[in-house]
Amino acid sequence: MENLYSLTAHELKEKIDKDGLAPSDVLDSLFKRIESLDKKIKAFVTLNKNAASLLPKDKTGKLYGIPVLVKDNICVKGEATTCASRILESFKPPYDATVIKRLKSEGAALIGKANMDEFAFGSSCETSCYGPTRNPWNTDRIPGGSSGGSAAAVASDQTILALGSDTGGSIRQPASLCGVVGLKPTYGRVSRYGLIAFASSLDQIGPITKDVRDAALVMNVISGYDEMDSTCVDMPVPDYTKSLVKDVKGLRVGVPKEYFIEGIDKEVEASVRRSIDILRDLGAKIVEITLPHTQYAVSTYYIVAPAEASSNLARFDGVQYGFRALDAKDLIDMYIKTRSKGFGNEAKRRILLGTYCLSTGYYDAYYLKAQKIRTKIKEDFDNAFKLCDLIVTPTTPTPAFKIGEKTKDPLSMYLSDIFTISANLAGLPAISIPCGFSKDSLPIGLHMLAKPFDEETLFRAAYAFEQNTDHHKRKPSL
Amino acid sequence: MTNKYETVIGLEVHLQLETDTKAFCGCSTEFGRPPNSHTCPVCLGFPGSLPVLNEKAFLYSIKVALALSCKIQDIIKFDRKNYYYPDLPKNFQISQFDMPLSYDGFVDVLSGSGAKKRVHIKRVHLEEDAGKLIHPVKASNSLVDFNRAGMPLLEIVTEPDINSPEEAYDYLTALKSILQYLRVSDCDMEKGSLRCDANISIRRAGEKELGVKVEVKNMNSFRWVREALGFETKRQIAMAEAKERIVQETRLWDAQKLVTISMRSKEEAHDYRYFPEPDLVPFIMDKKIIEDIRKALPELPEERSNRFVKEYGLSEYDARVLTGQIDLADYFEECARGYENKKTLANWINGDIAAQMNARNVGILGLSLKPGDLVELLKMIDGQSISGKIAKEVLVEMIDTKNRAGEIVSSKGLSQISDKGAIEEAVLDVLSKNERSVNDYKGGKKTAITFLVGQVMKQTKGKANPAMVNDMLKKHLGE
Repeated sequence: MENLYSLTAHELKEKIDKDGLAPSDVLDSLFKRIESLDKKIKAFVTLNKNAASLLPKDKTGKLYGIPVLVKDNICVKGEATTCASRILESFKPPYDATVIKRLKSEGAALIGKANMDEFAFGSSCETSCYGPTRNPWNTDRIPGGSSGGSAAAVASDQTILALGSDTGGSIRQPASLCGVVGLKPTYGRVSRYGLIAFASSLDQIGPITKDVRDAALVMNVISGYDEMDSTCVDMPVPDYTKSLVKDVKGLRVGVPKEYFIEGIDKEVEASVRRSIDILRDLGAKIVEITLPHTQYAVSTYYIVAPAEASSNLARFDGVQYGFRALDAKDLIDMYIKTRSKGFGNEAKRRILLGTYCLSTGYYDAYYLKAQKIRTKIKEDFDNAFKLCDLIVTPTTPTPAFKIGEKTKDPLSMYLSDIFTISANLAGLPAISIPCGFSKDSLPIGLHMLAKPFDEETLFRAAYAFEQNTDHHKRKPSL
Repeated sequence: MTNKYETVIGLEVHLQLETDTKAFCGCSTEFGRPPNSHTCPVCLGFPGSLPVLNEKAFLYSIKVALALSCKIQDIIKFDRKNYYYPDLPKNFQISQFDMPLSYDGFVDVLSGSGAKKRVHIKRVHLEEDAGKLIHPVKASNSLVDFNRAGMPLLEIVTEPDINSPEEAYDYLTALKSILQYLRVSDCDMEKGSLRCDANISIRRAGEKELGVKVEVKNMNSFRWVREALGFETKRQIAMAEAKERIVQETRLWDAQKLVTISMRSKEEAHDYRYFPEPDLVPFIMDKKIIEDIRKALPELPEERSNRFVKEYGLSEYDARVLTGQIDLADYFEECARGYENKKTLANWINGDIAAQMNARNVGILGLSLKPGDLVELLKMIDGQSISGKIAKEVLVEMIDTKNRAGEIVSSKGLSQISDKGAIEEAVLDVLSKNERSVNDYKGGKKTAITFLVGQVMKQTKGKANPAMVNDMLKKHLGE
């Protein structure tokens, strides 16, 4: 008998619905797997072994009995939600994030919380206060970040589905480096209520899954208007599984000339170019496009995101919840000691950067200018989408790098998000799917971007590509 | 010496809007509840929570802005004002910075002497209130009550148009009057639903440039605003005369010592690092909403005062006093529906009733005097069943006991004596006991009759009909 943990959500759903498979069997299979494996991978920060007992009686939910791992920056009522930061140690939110409410009401089994870079600040999962998560394909390597725990758990069959959050590539980059599917929805497609904010104007919650169909299943549940989030758009949610047709005939696929830059890994470039050929062979029309402001994306992002983060993280002061330094002699001393001990180095770096950018005398030169360039980047995409329906790029410039390789060099770490950041700045939906492997058996991801609220085109192209290749079927040997 | 200088004042009023729920969440705004009972993840600034604008608070803001003749911004956007304080749950306040929802308005202020002055409104913007710190006696720690956190707060800022502490007082009175007419706030300074800070500087008369401004805070009543600004004017002039440099700073009014005390200098001022609030989407202001609110604006104090002059024939002074408070104006009109002599009515309300309000430190509603009951009292005077003098006593009794005039008059036997025989008896008695006054009168000192009338009234405990007493006396004195 095949191992239940190795199945996809849609395969399990069929077994539960038609063959009467008990969700508790699935969970048992997973928990055994986690017990034996997670010592090595360290994808989990909390494990909820009661998941089976919390399932609803009603078995008709769209994700009834399907295990989901949740990134540790998404609030689950009564469960520790720490953003992998000491400053939120023991914080248990008194409420569910909207996506969690929706998962629960569709019968999903929440099996725990996933490791991540502290407050989602990072591209390697190394800034977590719990220590790094490891890449299942090579445990000396990083899984990517910041949703590294979610991606590594999916890749190592320690969960069926996972939720991540993506501010500059935090779903797509780890999905790419772990050889799984990761989708960042259009800004405003999924409610952010209950997602502990990193950069409010960039953050989106999205699925990390074993295949494209599973991503569509999750999107069907978590998408849609939420009156608790003013930035969430009131637009009907299509049934995304209807877009899963193996057909890209006539689809205009744009390839930006600026994205095949110097310094891009040769194997990555080769895989992506091969993938473009596959799409052409399937009937897509390949067009060269230009996104001239691409070169400013990383700098723009590293002004806008830290600026918002410096304000969003101001609330972690030891007054109401989380960690408080107890040896303070007065209020200011409490703030200083609490935040000095509670935050890690990368969080401090970004708070300082953001505070500086917003300060009197610097605001115009940095924040305001960055907002203007952000508009230019959006306009680049608007123009490009006059010529194409979908844009294809590499997800990352290289496959997974070694643990510790870039921790001393933040700038080179920041550059690992160079292809993913623009989608956040422009608010576009984007997906990463497996498209090949390096000689060292490290996964390579293909990145697809579509117009705002056109997740359907992403699903259509991603599914057609996936069904005509078998990269997604390959599993790491563990 | 004082005339050498001109005082320049700008005022910032913070007004708590009387909505049912807070500005960005669904928590109740009810005052005086147990600490932290009206809180939720949003107003506590819990991680992951997001604000959603309260439509009513926004519409109230537009209403105030229009009543102050302000222009409304085409695009409404909010900003974050960043600073650390334990009563501020997110360590930033959702406010409005470079694009306040309205700007460029004015309030016409009438001084006590009747002079008119236009005070320009620079901006009106919506923000959220902070919580309250509580410092228990002898404790080494402080507590925070977040019930107030997230309450909708409207900031109304004037241009530096005000030139004396009295003008500041008059402006605040006029502004409060307008705000009460709009029914958007109870404007209760004691509860903190209306607060005022001031910026004040002096300059040599005729000078164009503004002097160094000092911000004054912690003034808990209009009277303290006037006192504090009076003190500050004198302090600054004394410094200028002594050739000392006035520094830009924030000072607190000490209502015990009646002085202002330096709190922080400009160098210690916060850098608020304002930037657009990314959790609230900017939106285009619907012109139709503006027009609908404008059309639905109630009659405001100035308009109503003019109408009172025209419709009821009142003096401008009476009309202005009556319409200064909406409750009082409403009370007057309610009474006027059942009472013909509007001038008399106005005299009573602005006279004896105002005195009772002052003595008891309450507004008209606090007296619990039903309009119908007042009208009954006034009609008893007109019908000569009681004298005006007795009526004043009856009025106090009515307020004290909540009994009606008729009941008080009959139970205390206060009915005016209009019985000829009874009055004649008293007159004859007084004449026999006051021979000297009688002789004075007959000797040509006609004013002596006043004394005699007084004696008759005293003897009848004020109940005799004064006109009849007068006639009767004259008759017996041989006229």
